[in-house]
Amino acid sequence: MRNQAFQFLSRYGILIAFMMLIIVMSVLSPAFLKFTNVMNILRQTSINGIVAVGMTFVIILAGIDLSVGSVLALAAVVAASFAHPGEYPVFVPILAGLFTGSLCGFINGLIIAKRRIAPFIVTLGMMTIARGAALVYTNGRPVIELSDSYNKIGGKYVLSIPIPVIIFIIVVFIGSFLLSKTVFGRHVYATGGNKTAAELSGIITSRVIILGYSIAGFLAGLAGIVLSSRVMSGSPSTGQGYELDAIAAVVIGGTRLTGGVGTIFGTIIGALIIGVMNNGLDLLNVSSYLQQIVKGLIILLAVMIDRKK
Amino acid sequence: MNYPDYNSCILEMQGINKSFPGVTALDNVWLKLYRGEIQALIGENGAGKSTLMNILAGIFRYDKGHIILKGKPVEIKNEFHAQQLGIAMVHQELNNFPDMTVAENIFAGREPSNWGILSRYKMNDLVQKILNDFHLDIDPKRLMRKLSISEMQLVEIAKAASCNADILIMDEPTSAISMRDAEFLFKILNSLKERGVSVIYISHKMDEVFRISDSITILRDGKLISTSRASETNYDELIKKMVGREPKELFPLRSVVPGVTVLNINHLSRGKAFKDISLYLRKGEVLGLAGLVGSGRTEIVESIFGFPPAEQGIIEVMGKQVEITSPRKAIGNGIALVPEDRKLSGLHLLASVLFNITLPTLQAFARKSGIIKQRKEKSSAVQISQQLNVRTNNLKQAVENLSGGNQQKIVIAKWLLAQPRILLLDEPTRGIDIGAKSEIYQLMNKLTEKGISILMVSSEMNELMGMCDRIIALRSGQISKEFNHSEFDQEKILAAIMP
Ligand SMILES: Nc1ncnc2c1ncn2[C@@H]1O[C@H](COP(=O)(O)OP(=O)(O)OP(=O)(O)O)[C@@H](O)[C@H]1O
Ligand SMILES: [Mg+2]
Repeated sequence: MRNQAFQFLSRYGILIAFMMLIIVMSVLSPAFLKFTNVMNILRQTSINGIVAVGMTFVIILAGIDLSVGSVLALAAVVAASFAHPGEYPVFVPILAGLFTGSLCGFINGLIIAKRRIAPFIVTLGMMTIARGAALVYTNGRPVIELSDSYNKIGGKYVLSIPIPVIIFIIVVFIGSFLLSKTVFGRHVYATGGNKTAAELSGIITSRVIILGYSIAGFLAGLAGIVLSSRVMSGSPSTGQGYELDAIAAVVIGGTRLTGGVGTIFGTIIGALIIGVMNNGLDLLNVSSYLQQIVKGLIILLAVMIDRKK
Repeated sequence: MNYPDYNSCILEMQGINKSFPGVTALDNVWLKLYRGEIQALIGENGAGKSTLMNILAGIFRYDKGHIILKGKPVEIKNEFHAQQLGIAMVHQELNNFPDMTVAENIFAGREPSNWGILSRYKMNDLVQKILNDFHLDIDPKRLMRKLSISEMQLVEIAKAASCNADILIMDEPTSAISMRDAEFLFKILNSLKERGVSVIYISHKMDEVFRISDSITILRDGKLISTSRASETNYDELIKKMVGREPKELFPLRSVVPGVTVLNINHLSRGKAFKDISLYLRKGEVLGLAGLVGSGRTEIVESIFGFPPAEQGIIEVMGKQVEITSPRKAIGNGIALVPEDRKLSGLHLLASVLFNITLPTLQAFARKSGIIKQRKEKSSAVQISQQLNVRTNNLKQAVENLSGGNQQKIVIAKWLLAQPRILLLDEPTRGIDIGAKSEIYQLMNKLTEKGISILMVSSEMNELMGMCDRIIALRSGQISKEFNHSEFDQEKILAAIMP
């Protein structure tokens, strides 16, 4: 009996923590549960959420991607540079941004899989290179004056839901479908859980790894497009520290840093916890200095609940 | 003093109960251990042997019961506490620090020091003495990962034995070591016994059990069946109590007449591992590879499977030369490998039974688009795990929580599902109970009747002689002799593999 309660808690602990957070916030601040505020939270979460979905693949592969923040910025400036009014149709900047992100991820994956260098080091290198490339490409200045159609991606609504939120939801669905319903998804878990056993089962693990990092890069690129369109400029200094928020979301969501275990669903809850906290603490007028401490504590707490087995 | 001393009871476990979510692992188990006694603990896979000993070693808490140590009731809090109480355990699965030296491993957690500064000199010296005591020829300064599995196991045994424990628990210590190393172990055990150390010894090997133990305790489905003096019972009685029914013949009658050659290997070599290996395997045949640890037996089957590929030589499957550069290529040619070490190379321990069983064959359960047809996948997994009698209450259970023997069955199941033409088995029955062993032998026989060919590596001579049509003896990476069925003779085969 006690055992079952325990199992329930360890499986749904994060969800329960999330619900409690929502209840507390809505009691403390009446504005919290208003439709516009909920949409606000979702929109703010969507960027981190998209990046975190990619990060989930990489962490299940027993890796890590520190470069996503910089890759996001690089993709943002590249996309923005093709998005000036009257130059190209809107799909060109979008493809350019997605391609840039995917390429960075592909290179990460290639080096990690083929040269067998630790993901931490490889992506640390890419983090610096991509940031530098973004600065070089723009001369350090933001790319401004973007076309209306480009700006719509981040600014418009469909059925009063912000487009970034819709994109986020689609990414979540595809990501979790890939992981849980396809052969590729199984191969991701197998490679991260026991690489030797995966190889002996006929899986070409280097391919899985390369694809995994490419997905992370692709989604960082997508997030860069959404973000630059939302703020109507591509800034080379954007996205700093985003990798840490993404990692936090993944880890809060119960994915193991040692690989082989994890879900997109958990990651989403993790990202939402972070989003709700940011928003709620703002509503409560907590100083941004204090917010950082609270955020850190909540991350630790969430992970401690999750690991208490 | 002549041990065992039946007047001095050192340990009593009284009415121990333990359940995990969904299973009762132990149900009112009683156990008594005397000073200087070697007590064998036997039972089928999943009977609760490891669980009972993990409780004694402080790793699991129990739900109900009492533990009386040297006449005093104790509450064993954790592993460290157990060690302080004089209880040491060698675990079923290897767990060591691969990147530390042998000496560091033996002294992990109790490093000798001067004022807090590690004294490496002293440590290596002490370890050398311990290894000498046990007649082990291993350099204390070698990295653990450089040792063979057999040597690692011996180091762990030496580590436990050097703790000056009163009670030494060994969970299937010989499942991963060669016969010769097992002899070492028995010597160690006898010398410990002379010093009054008590040993609880878990094993599935009955000959061993009769050879070394003073008494034998049997568990079945978490319940205590009996404890008896080894001299007052016999093999058939034990088996009957263990499985709860009359024992079957262990080895099936082989009636398959081998057909055409399906696998032909010519002058295969790889570095220092093996040299100039030529052999053939016929349809429906069981071919055995006999050899000591380090004789190249594992490396040969690994290279046939492309992991890593051989450097020289030719492999022919069904008369056609094939390039096997990766396991994937091997699988494509109808070859499957059940590897030697399930934990390192067979399983994703944190994933479910279902996940592991269908991993190599996923493509068969998927649409072209890569989407898995989950119902079909599940029904195949259910079928194969029933066929192998895997004890699990649900396919979603993490493999990590299965008993060792059941984990082994999962590795076999996953490759049977692949319906290979050529099955490479490296120590297929390691850690498997007698009943399941006989099931696996029956299964091998049935497979060969269907035309599948088997190449089997084994350290167990009776298994090789009972199942194989031919045996190839290996000595330091080369073939030393080949035996046809009519020439099988334990002495002669042993002579051919000894250096
Ligand atoms: N951590 C765990 N969580 C859930 N169930 C467990 C756990 N450990 C063991 N079990 C279950 O308890 C039962 C007893 O397992 P145990 O490992 O003690 O068997 P065993 O007798 O040592 O078998 P084997 O000979 O195969 O090693 C099994 O049904 C097993 O699945
Ligand atoms: Mg066991």
